[in-house]
Amino acid sequence: MIAEFGQFALTLALVVSLVQAVVPMIGAYRNDGPLMATGYPAALSQLLLTGLAFGALTYGFIASDFSVATVAANSHSLKPMLYKVSGVWGNHEGSMLMWVVILALFGWAVAQFGTNLPPTLRARVISVQGMIGVAFLAFIVFTSNPFMRLDPAPFDGNGLNPLLQDPGLAFHPPLLYVGYVGFSMAFSFAVAALLEGRVDAAWGRWVRPWTLAAWTFLTGGIALGSWWAYYELGWGGWWFWDPVENASFMPWLAGTALLHSAIVVEKRDTLKAWTILLAILTFSLSLLGTFIVRSGVLTSVHAFATDPTRGVFILAILAVAVGGSLALFALRAPALQSGGLFRLISREGGLVFNNILLALACGTVFLGTLYPLFLEALSDGRDKVSVGPPYFNATFVPIMIPLVIVMAAGPLMAWKRGNLPNVMRRLVWAGLAAVAVMVWAFLLHPDGPWLAPVAMGIAAWLAVGTLTEWADRIKLFRAPLSDSWRRLKGLPRAASGMTLAHLGVAVAIAGMTGASAWQVERIQVARPGDVVPVGSYQFAFDEVTEGAGPNYNYRRAHVTLLRGDRVITELYPETRFFPVAGQSTTEAAIHTTGVADLYAVVGEADGNGGWTVRFYENPMVPWIWYGALIMSAGGFLSLSDRRHRVGAPQRAARKPVATSAEIVPAE
Amino acid sequence: MRRLAVLLLLLWLPAWPAGAVEPDEVLADPALEDRAREISKELRCVVCQNQSIDDSNAEIARDMRLLVRERLVEGDTDDQVVDFMVARYGEYVRFSPTIRFETLPLWFGPPALVLVVVLAIVMVYRAQQNRSAHEGVRPLSAAERARLDALVEKLGGGEKPRSQGDPP
Amino acid sequence: MRRWLFFAPVGLFVVLGGVFLSQLLLGRDPSHIPSALVDRPVPEFVLPGVEGRDGPAGFATADLQGSLSIVNVFASWCVPCLAEHPLISGLSEDGYRVFGINHRDKDAEAAAWLRRHGDPYTGVGADRDARISVEWGVTGVPETFIVDAAGVIRYKHVGPLTPQLLEDEFMPRIRALGG
Repeated sequence: MIAEFGQFALTLALVVSLVQAVVPMIGAYRNDGPLMATGYPAALSQLLLTGLAFGALTYGFIASDFSVATVAANSHSLKPMLYKVSGVWGNHEGSMLMWVVILALFGWAVAQFGTNLPPTLRARVISVQGMIGVAFLAFIVFTSNPFMRLDPAPFDGNGLNPLLQDPGLAFHPPLLYVGYVGFSMAFSFAVAALLEGRVDAAWGRWVRPWTLAAWTFLTGGIALGSWWAYYELGWGGWWFWDPVENASFMPWLAGTALLHSAIVVEKRDTLKAWTILLAILTFSLSLLGTFIVRSGVLTSVHAFATDPTRGVFILAILAVAVGGSLALFALRAPALQSGGLFRLISREGGLVFNNILLALACGTVFLGTLYPLFLEALSDGRDKVSVGPPYFNATFVPIMIPLVIVMAAGPLMAWKRGNLPNVMRRLVWAGLAAVAVMVWAFLLHPDGPWLAPVAMGIAAWLAVGTLTEWADRIKLFRAPLSDSWRRLKGLPRAASGMTLAHLGVAVAIAGMTGASAWQVERIQVARPGDVVPVGSYQFAFDEVTEGAGPNYNYRRAHVTLLRGDRVITELYPETRFFPVAGQSTTEAAIHTTGVADLYAVVGEADGNGGWTVRFYENPMVPWIWYGALIMSAGGFLSLSDRRHRVGAPQRAARKPVATSAEIVPAE
Repeated sequence: MRRLAVLLLLLWLPAWPAGAVEPDEVLADPALEDRAREISKELRCVVCQNQSIDDSNAEIARDMRLLVRERLVEGDTDDQVVDFMVARYGEYVRFSPTIRFETLPLWFGPPALVLVVVLAIVMVYRAQQNRSAHEGVRPLSAAERARLDALVEKLGGGEKPRSQGDPP
Repeated sequence: MRRWLFFAPVGLFVVLGGVFLSQLLLGRDPSHIPSALVDRPVPEFVLPGVEGRDGPAGFATADLQGSLSIVNVFASWCVPCLAEHPLISGLSEDGYRVFGINHRDKDAEAAAWLRRHGDPYTGVGADRDARISVEWGVTGVPETFIVDAAGVIRYKHVGPLTPQLLEDEFMPRIRALGG
């Protein structure tokens, strides 16, 4: 009954989204207030209806209603409750449902909070959100119905996959989807602005918070997924340049570029056509990711490959959304007047440089991900190549190096016309730090790859350069501390957010460098009593015990981690076998020191009293996640800035009694 | 994240490797073993989803790893080992495609794009300069500059142009 | 010129969409790999026979010359191999020379399997460590090759044979090669 109710809500949502897509748009063209006003109730009811449908599916999972096909295929009565719930979005149908709920949430948010937008722009944005809703609701209703019934219902479900019963994996999709779908706002604003024929500084101000919110969540989602791979995979890999990973990384790169170019639109009223294009491309890449993952063109997904309906449907959505918006761009964008002028050496110049390199990086990932497909299509299946980590490392890293170098200098530049010698003088400390770290890293690891100390130096350059800018802003050490404190309080949160985010990049780069270049690995057969030296640590292999967990059997090794004579900690790596699912998982034991991870995995017995063991010292790895956390924190801090709150600028302007105290923090 | 595929599709689910290389494969000579590992990272496991033979615990990946080591012990160069594999499994096993006519866009696309962008910037920049010459934009005079700085300072100095007035 | 630049993104997208559409509609399987060995001479190898099997011992490169032959990679532990086995036997009954590469198998089990399900092979080589399978570019079992009279590999199929496949892909090629 509940499932039918969900099905009904979903179908109704499709109808409502049609109204939302059409009526406000007509209203905007006729400048008809009442027609435009239908946007709000439509967006609200779409949110409620999709929310109800999602609730109905969640109920099916919680209550283990195996007469619902999605539940039967992806849940099991013995699963812990947490994973029953995460099972809702741990499958194709449910994840698409979550997609449209988030989409509706954003659509509602702009209807609710966008009261300061010009009414026609707001109506058009709501309408474009509605169109995306129509497409994906139709996709769900016609090809991926999550409420399909099974008759007779099976006694129990099939979804006992032990790999999916993991918090890291359970919670990264929602983050990722908020990111992907959040970029739909930038897209809707871009399409609406093209229809309006007007892009100005205000547009830049409106589109930024939405993009920033999406970016912040996407950063968190990517990092969480990478972390999961790191601890679950069993050998410390954290990034594989897999098509599915690239599908989430491309929107991130484009979104990062968009964040920065929107600043130029807001502050200097220029780079408009480019920013609009980026807004369209960022969401298009999110859609492309959805297509790649679910159509089976790149990743071999056996069941889908035999049923191309879903793939063709998403391709049709892509054709309308991406093709349509790019065609609109081609027709309307040339008319956009570009505003302010600037020199190459200026803040804008730095941001343009950032944009070029990010776009280039994104283009490289795009090319590497899709080129095999092109070649296969062009050669009619005769020529298949693989593009893997060696290609991406060879092309991506050289693009990142200049980007990061300029990243430290950019925020120090003045708008319009920068003073390079002045900026270089202020970066003296950063330069010294870079050289010092480079030398230090080289002395620590003289045998490692030469690029690693260079990359560590660049990370230090960025970190110190970023902090210099922040310190200069509050005149740290150059004015009395109380004065600095007053300035810090007056500093816009968006500025501190930028500092944090850039700092996070520096930390993450240091982490990635260390992890890629200086890993120490020992793979061998160990017997109880053996001590295995790994880097400056020793892993003492004490014993192996076997036992049973709640729904698995385990083989657990007891390993003592030593450094010299000092016992650091005890590690208990496990191999788990799940008899019902017929699968094994490895549970690595990880001890983190903050600057390195000590990582232990136990494998098979060799039959002569020994076990295969894998011990690793992974230097700097934790910094990858610290860096991502700092980046996300920077995003949230910036979002909390009063100026970023939708509507804040206008409201402040409408209040003539605003005190100066209110104006000052907002510059 | 590769595991995202698992999550989203739940359709292909091999048991995950706890690392692939087994102790009995490892060569006694550490230099040779290091070369073997590097070569293994360049070779794709032909039955896996985007995994190198170094990462995969598929049987064929193990066969290929053993063969890589066998060739190295027999004195092959790194390139010879890779060519040996390519002769049997095709270009597909290279994770880094060779540069040939069909892969020119892959390798030279990004640098070509840089050139195009640089050219575009130069063009736009020239156009801008022409425009600014027409509109007669001139730099601020010292007096205007001082007035502007004073104004900006009064407003809290958030984004003021620091380049000229500010002491370093 | 500048105006046309704005059409570049949509143009690129149309190309991309076309590629996607063709891949989807042609139903190409991303896990399919074109064989590197087609139209190349068979690799140099010598395979010993399966112990316990009746009939001649193993086979080697030289055995594949002189007349057309089918080379089938199989194993006793491989379920799809059993499914295609009647078709392989049928080829043999029709008078074609069929050789078997017994892939990563125990000799006793392979011999028992052949006794139970019939032995259509002119020669069976025991490739116990899959070393020769790698020489043949084998990615899994079963796989089936057509080798012409000059000892050149003409066709390769990955996965089990089906009557449909036999009719559409194998027989026309075999006839064209004069087999």
